[in-house]
Amino acid sequence: MKRSFMQRAAAAPHIVWSVLFIIAPLIFVVYYSFTDLDGAFTTENIGRLFTSNYVLIFVNSLCLALISTVVCLVIAYPLAYIFSRMKEKWQRVMVLLIMIPLWMNFLITTYSWMTILEDTGIINSLFKAIGLDPVHMINTPGAVVVGMVFCYLPYMILPIYTVMSGIDPKLLEAASDLGCSGWHVMTRVVMPMSLSGVISGITMVFVPSISTFYISQKLGGGTFQLIGDTIESYFVGTAINYHFGAALSLVLMILILLSMAVMNHYSDSEDEGGRRIK
Amino acid sequence: MKKLLLTVLVLLAVVASMMLFSCAGGETEHLYVYNWGEYISDGSEDSLNVTKEFESYYEELTGKRMKVHYTTYPSNEDMYAKISSGTSNYDVIIPSDYMIERMIKEDLLAPVNIEAVCEKYGAECYYDYIGEDYRGLFYDPDNIYSVPYTYGRVGVIYNTTMVDEEDLGGWELMWNEKYAGKILQFNNSRDGFATAQYMLGLDVNSTDRADWESAQRRLLEQKPLIQSYVMDEIYNKMESGEAAISAYYAGDYFTMLDINEDLGFYYPERTNVFVDAMCIPKGSQNPETAALFINFMLSPDIAIANAEYIYYASPNSLVFEDEGYIEEMGPEAMEILYPEGFNFAEELNTYAYRNLDDKTLDMINSLWEEMKITGGLPTSVYVITVVLVVLIASMIAAVVIVKKRRARWY
Repeated sequence: MKRSFMQRAAAAPHIVWSVLFIIAPLIFVVYYSFTDLDGAFTTENIGRLFTSNYVLIFVNSLCLALISTVVCLVIAYPLAYIFSRMKEKWQRVMVLLIMIPLWMNFLITTYSWMTILEDTGIINSLFKAIGLDPVHMINTPGAVVVGMVFCYLPYMILPIYTVMSGIDPKLLEAASDLGCSGWHVMTRVVMPMSLSGVISGITMVFVPSISTFYISQKLGGGTFQLIGDTIESYFVGTAINYHFGAALSLVLMILILLSMAVMNHYSDSEDEGGRRIK
Repeated sequence: MKKLLLTVLVLLAVVASMMLFSCAGGETEHLYVYNWGEYISDGSEDSLNVTKEFESYYEELTGKRMKVHYTTYPSNEDMYAKISSGTSNYDVIIPSDYMIERMIKEDLLAPVNIEAVCEKYGAECYYDYIGEDYRGLFYDPDNIYSVPYTYGRVGVIYNTTMVDEEDLGGWELMWNEKYAGKILQFNNSRDGFATAQYMLGLDVNSTDRADWESAQRRLLEQKPLIQSYVMDEIYNKMESGEAAISAYYAGDYFTMLDINEDLGFYYPERTNVFVDAMCIPKGSQNPETAALFINFMLSPDIAIANAEYIYYASPNSLVFEDEGYIEEMGPEAMEILYPEGFNFAEELNTYAYRNLDDKTLDMINSLWEEMKITGGLPTSVYVITVVLVVLIASMIAAVVIVKKRRARWY
């Protein structure tokens, strides 16, 4: 279709925006990754990434991001289903309740989690008051997962809920009428139909949690490092090295792109399957 | 390439600021102050609001209205990044010694013509009250670019209910296995390395890699004992008794002591000495007003209000010789902030951080990073991940197999 002049003009601000704030920074990231402090071409930055220490950071981040994403999914999926089957008035209330934590800055929520989980924090004070032994929670990977799940859970619930509330209840009735048990209604009808929501939910949780930095510093105590922390320290540390920081970001971006490509692959094949069955 | 991006950003910033100012009207003058967090008396808890005071002082002096825009930064490095990008128009900044040295070298600071400006405005000049010891220091030998605001030293803060008295005294306390999991370390390479370097008696400004590596070895030994690497979180963690031991700046100890009476403090034999001084960046639109502001910060009421609020030692004789101030601080605080027989100039020259070249800074940061990233997560995390991956993979496989079978049927 040929676009009219007006249509092109209307798109111009968006194109300028994308070039300035998306394409240009990306070019800078690539440029910095392959140059050294004097601006000469080098692959040393990328090479340094493949030493054992840095590979371990990537593995650590991947592990924690994966665990957080799965925990989010396990919590969010039943919740989203329950919400989507409520009366409309209650659905609105529930969505609002999920949104409220998002209105608060995540730095503040993370800081609050610190106070909650500390050895002298709220939970342990409670335990002490009722005569239980204190449990050490802060500065462990578990605390980081709790922080990430809390921050990113809404991003998992909302897309799944949106897709599920679009499922016509008549379909579920029809499935039961045709002899599906409750379990089969869930696995054969609801799950395939909500898959697109699950996929976007996973993407929206996995991507920020693999690159998270503040949560891991505050709740993990900085005794183990994730990729986001490392990148941050190369951009606002005492010795700023944009070149190595950019190389880290570049590899992280490629990693995220790869995992998204894998996700898309599965969601696409799912759609095809669905069409064929119809 | 870097220049190009900066130019674009500067243009954007200029356009945006012009749009802002065109609405503001011509009558009011503006002063942009960029300072550390919690580093000025700001009117909270019945203290004097210094920026407001300056606005009325300026109006009285010149008849023009003044608006002070006050923003804060968490570290010298953050401030440096902003000023050196050339996109900001701050009028007054308060960096530390080594950063001033660097900024002078890179031609980022403008001279503070405090006497000339006072004369022009007919204001009383307070520069002469800066103690003799605090002038002509290594970072600005001719007193051209800076006017000292505070100075201090790093010491060890400990919780008297958790730490035994016989363990006190040196940096070794931060390596004492008895207090594993209760020790906080700086989350910044220069200060973190310094704790090990002072303990080992090494030079904190060494450019020899071997020196930094031996400090790194000590930090690696210390790592299992560390509860967490922190900067500002130290207040919470020390005040609540979550942590027992940490190194920090003497002035901030008193802020914590206000909340938790059990805290104690001492200086190890070798420790960092710093000066924070007021400077005017090259990009300032208003260097004269900035100099006037700096002079105002030295005036007795204001300087005392600041010193009482932030608890840092003041180089201003109008403060440290003032009887009301000495009484307000109390003998214990005075002993820590202004210890008798403390040879400031000598200590500063021996123990202050100096500006280091880029290559050395890069090496320090890499060594620090290496230390920080050593050690993985507990094995359980990896086990859980593997189990999850296997589960997910088998679920996907099951779905694919079922689908293939169905495809055969239809």
